[in-house]
Amino acid sequence: MSDQTFQTSAVDALAAGYRARNLKRFALVCVAAAILFTTVVIDVITGPADLSFVRTMQVILDPSIASAKESVIIWDLRLPVAILAIVVGAMLGVAGAEMQTILNNPLADPFTLGLSSAASFGAALAIVLGWSVVPGVGSLFVTVNAFVVAMATSMALFAFTRLRGVSPEAMILVGIAMLFTFNALLSFLQYGASEIQLAQLVFWQMGSLARATWPKVGICLIILLIVLPYFIHKSWALTALRMGEEKAAALGVNVSVLRLAVLAGVSLLAAVAVSFVGAIAFVGLVGPHIARMIVGEDQRGFLPLSALAGALIMSGTSIASKAITPGIVYPIGMITSLIGIPFFIVLILGQRKRHWQ
Amino acid sequence: MSGLNVTDLSFSYGSRQVLKNIHLETLPKGQLTALIGPNAAGKSTLFKCISGLHKSSRGTVTLNGTDLSSLSGQERLKRVCFMPQFFAANAALTVFDVVMMAQKQLRGWRVTSEDTHAVARALDTGGISHLAEAYVGELSGGQAQMVSVVQALVRHSEAYLFDEPTSALDLRHQLQVLGRIRTAIKNRNAVGMVALHDLNLAARFADHLILIGHGTIVAQGAPADVLRDPKIAEIYGVNIEISTGPRKDLLVHAYAS
Repeated sequence: MSDQTFQTSAVDALAAGYRARNLKRFALVCVAAAILFTTVVIDVITGPADLSFVRTMQVILDPSIASAKESVIIWDLRLPVAILAIVVGAMLGVAGAEMQTILNNPLADPFTLGLSSAASFGAALAIVLGWSVVPGVGSLFVTVNAFVVAMATSMALFAFTRLRGVSPEAMILVGIAMLFTFNALLSFLQYGASEIQLAQLVFWQMGSLARATWPKVGICLIILLIVLPYFIHKSWALTALRMGEEKAAALGVNVSVLRLAVLAGVSLLAAVAVSFVGAIAFVGLVGPHIARMIVGEDQRGFLPLSALAGALIMSGTSIASKAITPGIVYPIGMITSLIGIPFFIVLILGQRKRHWQ
Repeated sequence: MSGLNVTDLSFSYGSRQVLKNIHLETLPKGQLTALIGPNAAGKSTLFKCISGLHKSSRGTVTLNGTDLSSLSGQERLKRVCFMPQFFAANAALTVFDVVMMAQKQLRGWRVTSEDTHAVARALDTGGISHLAEAYVGELSGGQAQMVSVVQALVRHSEAYLFDEPTSALDLRHQLQVLGRIRTAIKNRNAVGMVALHDLNLAARFADHLILIGHGTIVAQGAPADVLRDPKIAEIYGVNIEISTGPRKDLLVHAYAS
């Protein structure tokens, strides 16, 4: 009898421990969201025009009280940049998290499969040759080209998996082949480009949030709201995949279909992000790693925190790009690496457990 | 018709035929059957064909009167719980997380209080409650195997297939794990099959033995009959002597031929 009681209390203790960890995970996600809100506000305040924190908050919460100047600065110039930064960061964080999961590879990021070089090549076609892949898109043709070529690349990858099966190794190898192919084609175009075109191209590749507009924010949000629910729906299956293909299959996961569907989602996220803000590879790699170190790989915590970590990195980058030299906005691509890498190294050195060996 | 029936089942990897016309006598509910046979005899392949992970080229598998090929892959795997042999994961997931994953079986995002308790009970019954918060990458081979067995037993299925559940375990844990499997099969009145290399364990725990060699069924029936079948020595390529142990159990002795 006493034995029975003892067992029941052991079971209760186990259950309580799990609930406590779940609660902690939820709290961490909330903390990250709160920090993100703060960085967005700081991002809006930072810049040449003097805006106080309180006044900025008031204008954001109640647009009608703003003066004409405040309205233009906050609502037309600063907020689209700040919001695009976090949405793109979240897209890249989510895309990176799932790419690492389906390819079972810690070095994977949204651009592992050559998407960013494909997008750069698309942009180069527009900038150097003036070609528009889709006619009639007007001034957006650089963006549209980058998107179309990046998506075409992932379609080619799809076609390849039809022939050769959906194994992570094969996908990564083809991805590397794509990367080198597009880099070579890009060099080809750069060689023939004029100085002005070259400068434009380099600027595009370095990445910039300066072209942010509300419609772009809207498109990014829509894509995120389409893809994210699917990933959330597949949470358990994606968690199961980390236990190995065979184990996941035994639980009823159709591993090949899941890989392809997730790859499609990741491609869409990455292609849209890269075509709007340029190639920012680092966020999709580091965001998920930070999330993994903090909450582990149960997708129910890993996925939201990857998105938040990506958003935080991009928001921080946006602030830093304006704050380093007053009056100059640096390209974000180089800043993500400069502020992210030391942080990342500290995290790796301080990490107790190594989950990839 | 209750129990598991396998009739005339064949399977090939490309042009290499792995299973040839497998016909099993009905595997009754509540009893444990051990599948024995040398390496590469087709034990894992047979399990994958029964659970539907491999599509057999011929033959039918029925479970409690239902033709399993009429079910979707996922539905089939709910009825037939298959525990694969290998489990190598370096994921940042705790033992509790991975057993919860098996408990949820891909259903819904929310974890209810019943789920949490079911997992906690399964860990406790499986003797691995001290590992609940350990990361799966830090487990020893034997611990990982025990986690795998708990992952299988937390699910409620009509048939359970264990592919070598004890190959990495020490003596005490071998006996414990097989004992738990047998008890669970009996209590749940489910069909149970284990692939085993250790013939002594098979003799001790199984109600029936199935000997498979070169992709065909060589012998099946009560342990005493199968182990005394002269073909077992031929299939394993060793000399086999059977004696009776101090507790009237069958002991299998193998000598190099």
